[in-house]
Amino acid sequence: MNLNISSAPHIRSSDNTRKLMLTVLVALVPALIAGVIVFGVRALIVVAISMAASVATELVCGLVTGKKASVTDGSAAVTGLLLALTLPASVPYWMPAVGGVFAIVVAKCLCGGLGQNVFNPALAARAFLMLFWPTALVRYAAPGALGLANNVDMVSSSTPLQDMSRGVLPGDESLLDMFLGNTGGTIGEVSALALLIGAAILLATRTINWRIPVSYVGTVAALSLFFARGDDPIMWMLCSVFGGGLLIGAIFMATDYSSSPTSPLAQLVFGIGCGALTILFRYKSLYPEGITYAILTMNAFAWALDRYLPPRRFGVAKGGPAQ
Amino acid sequence: MKHLFSGGVHPQGHKELSRGTAVVTVPAPETVVIPLIQHIGSACKPLVAVGDRVLMGQVIGDGDAKSSPVHATVSGTVTAIEERAVPSGGSAPCIIIKNDFKDESVEFRGAADWESLDARAVAELVRAAGIVGMGGAAFPTNSKIASTAGRTKDVLINACECEPYITSDDTIMCTATADVIGGARLLAKVLGAEKSIIAIEDNKPEAIEALRAEAGDDPLVEIRVLPTRYPQGAKKQLILAVTGNEVAPGARSGALFNVTTTANVYRAVTRGQPLLEKIVTVTGEGAEEPRNVLVRIGTSFADAVKAAGGLKEETVEVVAGGPMMGKAVESLDVPVVKGTNAILCLTKLAERNAEGPCIRCGKCASVCPMYLQPLYMYRYAKEGMGGELKRLNLEDCMECGCCSFVCPAKLPLTETFVLAKSLLKGGKRA
Repeated sequence: MNLNISSAPHIRSSDNTRKLMLTVLVALVPALIAGVIVFGVRALIVVAISMAASVATELVCGLVTGKKASVTDGSAAVTGLLLALTLPASVPYWMPAVGGVFAIVVAKCLCGGLGQNVFNPALAARAFLMLFWPTALVRYAAPGALGLANNVDMVSSSTPLQDMSRGVLPGDESLLDMFLGNTGGTIGEVSALALLIGAAILLATRTINWRIPVSYVGTVAALSLFFARGDDPIMWMLCSVFGGGLLIGAIFMATDYSSSPTSPLAQLVFGIGCGALTILFRYKSLYPEGITYAILTMNAFAWALDRYLPPRRFGVAKGGPAQ
Repeated sequence: MKHLFSGGVHPQGHKELSRGTAVVTVPAPETVVIPLIQHIGSACKPLVAVGDRVLMGQVIGDGDAKSSPVHATVSGTVTAIEERAVPSGGSAPCIIIKNDFKDESVEFRGAADWESLDARAVAELVRAAGIVGMGGAAFPTNSKIASTAGRTKDVLINACECEPYITSDDTIMCTATADVIGGARLLAKVLGAEKSIIAIEDNKPEAIEALRAEAGDDPLVEIRVLPTRYPQGAKKQLILAVTGNEVAPGARSGALFNVTTTANVYRAVTRGQPLLEKIVTVTGEGAEEPRNVLVRIGTSFADAVKAAGGLKEETVEVVAGGPMMGKAVESLDVPVVKGTNAILCLTKLAERNAEGPCIRCGKCASVCPMYLQPLYMYRYAKEGMGGELKRLNLEDCMECGCCSFVCPAKLPLTETFVLAKSLLKGGKRA
């Protein structure tokens, strides 16, 4: 009998990359359902186009670079879905396609492919679209089913954050509307409830840990309370947390494996940095929303944070000299 | 107070395969192969020559203070002293004895009144019996007794057996409970400690009950039940789990003994019984009848496996030890040695590199019980960047296998670190 000689360990867990990506997709389903309920079938078409473009581009990239076909790992599907969820349902149909191609080609493949990209591909693509077609991305559809034809001018409405960027509390929506998703916004961001269900799935399956989402949301909550405008600081803080893209950003974007740090302390600092930059951009930039640029900025520091805030060495006291 | 070590994994136990089945005694073989080094330290020199007749229990090899003597495990004639394959990989000088099946034994004489002995006398008896650590490292036990006597508050007895599949310690605790508790008492007294703490995982309820019944309310022995998690039986993790203290890098870990070692110490001191046979778990999906077998040291793996019904045809790999840290053997033609606790017959090879590149999920770092960053270590090891590996404390890696086990990309992390460590030690890449 011929015996194999391999080195230990001789067993493996049943987890694999595809299962992880599938878990993320499943965790995004509640947000997708909420988006379709709020904005109608048009939202679903935008999502389908974005995912198809991303997956097809990944396939082509795999063929060109000669790397093992990476389509099967599911990461391109995740990128496509995330990108679509950051777009208003009213965008022209070519836009998610262009965004998907950009995400995969520029943000992912040119950086070396899966696991090598410095910036979150979905957010990089969103930033790219913002650069050229800002009007399409900041004219949000109002809640209520959209027609399948693109007539964004007729349906655009203000979002809670657009009100807040003028220094006033949202006029039209109650907190409950924001929590459930009965408000203007992008496809995936409107329902806090759906996003929190997704967070529960990711945490329960240990796909992510609590550090980045909690430190991110906590920082935004604390700073918005401290720098509250209007006459109700608590309401201002709650609207800051539930009224925009914070939850989808903190739960699904900032926790992207490739573009976030892995050591516990680095994750906390990363989340705090995302939160502080979000507030800065929301208060001082041209746009009412700051999530995209806050996370992309912190993405650049992910590896450095891991390097300079490594885990404590076993057997060496906290703050003690490294031996 | 409850302490936990950080990190670790929960692989499937598979202990039910071999647990609870009657221990089968493997018949003494035609020839035994006794390696002259079965421990950490220096090798023994043969004390017999080819053609000599030896008795069972006779010392046939011994060396300096850093060695542990080896004994003939059958009576018979020395037919050769030569290099033979050993389970730790490669080959080692071995004494081969042809069994005359008379089992003529030297007389074993222990110290009936061990309480009057000091640590030095106990260490001498333990050394004469050739006792080494049974938990994996096979460090000569007498050295540990000598170095920790009078310097320890509690003696830790490691009964975790946290590796999946293995049930040999469990079997010892259930079948030789008196020797285990006797050894725990003996070590506490002799080392001048307050008590011995037997640390056991909660997946061994029968053993826990047996130990509790045997120990009674003896203040010298405490049974500490810990939640099951691998690698709780690693010395630094066990010390952390029991005491809440982290052993500093490079520091000695103190009075920590494996539970089977403890029973063997008791037998050596009270009966003068050398280490001639041991209980080995023959298990895995590739074993026809997984069970624990009582086998003489020097018996081939093949004979031990035969006592468990033999190998199934689907067997692809045979491992000496557990699936997380055990070493694959080239053939069944290697002898059972003092440190062999299991022969694991696997029908499936671990997936390696099956799932594409590192996706930076960080699971490797979150399960590392030594707080390392395997994802970066792997990168630097592949690039041969020794300086970076030192900065990341590669030397702290104890090769427990958790990172490789959990990696969703199935990267050979631990496997790479083992190589990188030996290269760094050799200074080739530093």
